[in-house]
Amino acid sequence: MGRRRNMAKRTYSWLDERFHISPLIEFMRHKYVPVHRHTVWYYMGGVALFLFIVQVVTGILLVLYYQPDEESAFESVRFITTKVSFGWLIRSVHSWSANLMVFFVFVHMFSTFFTRAFRKPRELTWMSGFVLMALALGFGFTGYLLPWNELAFFATKVGTDITGALPFIGEPVKILLRGGPDVTGATLSRFYAIHIALLPAIFAAILFLHLLFVQRQGMHEPDYLQRLPKEKKKLIPFFPNFLLRDTLLWLMVLNIVLFLAVFFPWELGEKADPFAPAPEGIAPEWYFMFMFQTLKLIPGHVLFVEGEVLGILFFTLVGIAWMFVPLWDLKQRPERRPRPMTVIGVAGIVYIIIFTIWGYMA
Amino acid sequence: MAVSRRQFTNLLLGGGLLGWLGSALYPIVSFLRPPKIPEANVQSVKAGLASEFSANSSEILKFGRQPVILIRTESGDFRALAATCTHLDCIVQYRSDLKQIWCACHNGLYDLKGRNISGPPPRPLDQFAVNIVNDEILVSKIA
Repeated sequence: MGRRRNMAKRTYSWLDERFHISPLIEFMRHKYVPVHRHTVWYYMGGVALFLFIVQVVTGILLVLYYQPDEESAFESVRFITTKVSFGWLIRSVHSWSANLMVFFVFVHMFSTFFTRAFRKPRELTWMSGFVLMALALGFGFTGYLLPWNELAFFATKVGTDITGALPFIGEPVKILLRGGPDVTGATLSRFYAIHIALLPAIFAAILFLHLLFVQRQGMHEPDYLQRLPKEKKKLIPFFPNFLLRDTLLWLMVLNIVLFLAVFFPWELGEKADPFAPAPEGIAPEWYFMFMFQTLKLIPGHVLFVEGEVLGILFFTLVGIAWMFVPLWDLKQRPERRPRPMTVIGVAGIVYIIIFTIWGYMA
Repeated sequence: MAVSRRQFTNLLLGGGLLGWLGSALYPIVSFLRPPKIPEANVQSVKAGLASEFSANSSEILKFGRQPVILIRTESGDFRALAATCTHLDCIVQYRSDLKQIWCACHNGLYDLKGRNISGPPPRPLDQFAVNIVNDEILVSKIA
């Protein structure tokens, strides 16, 4: 035992001598996380991060058997789920974890919004987080097509055609995404490349920045807590206390993912046929449903503008406004209730929930 | 206007950098643009025998790379229309219960002449000519 500890110590000092890691350990040792009634929200980003790690691991495994080709993509996924040992589990975990990741990213984002954690000095943390969310949706959109089934095929036709409606740049972007005028095997190759190479590279870089910001600035404290004197605040050390709680929650989330993957295995559906009518009940993934439902409701033409152009412009503008929330944040006088930013956030959530449910009912 | 030595060097270096960026990005962007694959110029396709095509039904034909929907109405007439919804590119289907053309993606409806009558489609479906020659259905582009 003593010898092993000695060995660890020697390794540490060997590393410290070369890379000066002591200041980093010191920093970690003095990092505290406040405990209060909103502490639970601190864990949501961590859960999203954990699910991203699950995605990376299962994704690398799936790549070993998957074939990104119009003829064999569907068959290769069927091969994974029926022939490869535990293939059904890995594929199902990848799908479930992807959906839960998007869910927790949303929870993390709205909790940051409602606790006003995006305010100075965390503007860039919010914006990098927004970009990560957009990339997560990109992961979802490109990954959805890969099994080359009917639902995904038409969802991709619709999704890429939407970009084509944008003024001026729409058509070239659409062709760039599809790898041609139609959704074909060329689209599949591109989405595969985007899904497993381009997005992970960009995501990893921005995730690194996002986490660096969080570590450097520490956890945001709600207004009332900031006004308290230091000795009245309840704090726990980040290392090991907070990290251990994080790990416990990650373990619970992993169990939930496994439960879902085992008892509700992700379906493969029918192979896509580019010359068959779109089937009834065609739908994108749930997190695009509210936009899909909105597009359904906008008539063909509004004044002189095509309905779809209007819908896309609307969502683009809302997205940009949401990304730059820290810059136009409506500061209210403390006595004014309800707070305008809270009203905007609640309205956004209510809109998303109602339109998502409506989309599934219609 | 006098240009100092420093300004001149900055201009030269900045211009060089821009030129380098352009020459590096141009091949990448060009690579991303898919080459145009020449398409066989299909003018018409055969769609089987008229006597075997039951009334109040439809079929999707491959017209080159384009899907075309061929419908036989209740009264026995043939109609051929582009099967790609003008809204967001889904493939439409004939609803024998409604006697109309329906797009499942966003609930768009067209009448049997391809006119967009309800839902989000902004334009009618393109029409194709249908001729019956010796009981054989021939669908062709309208010039």
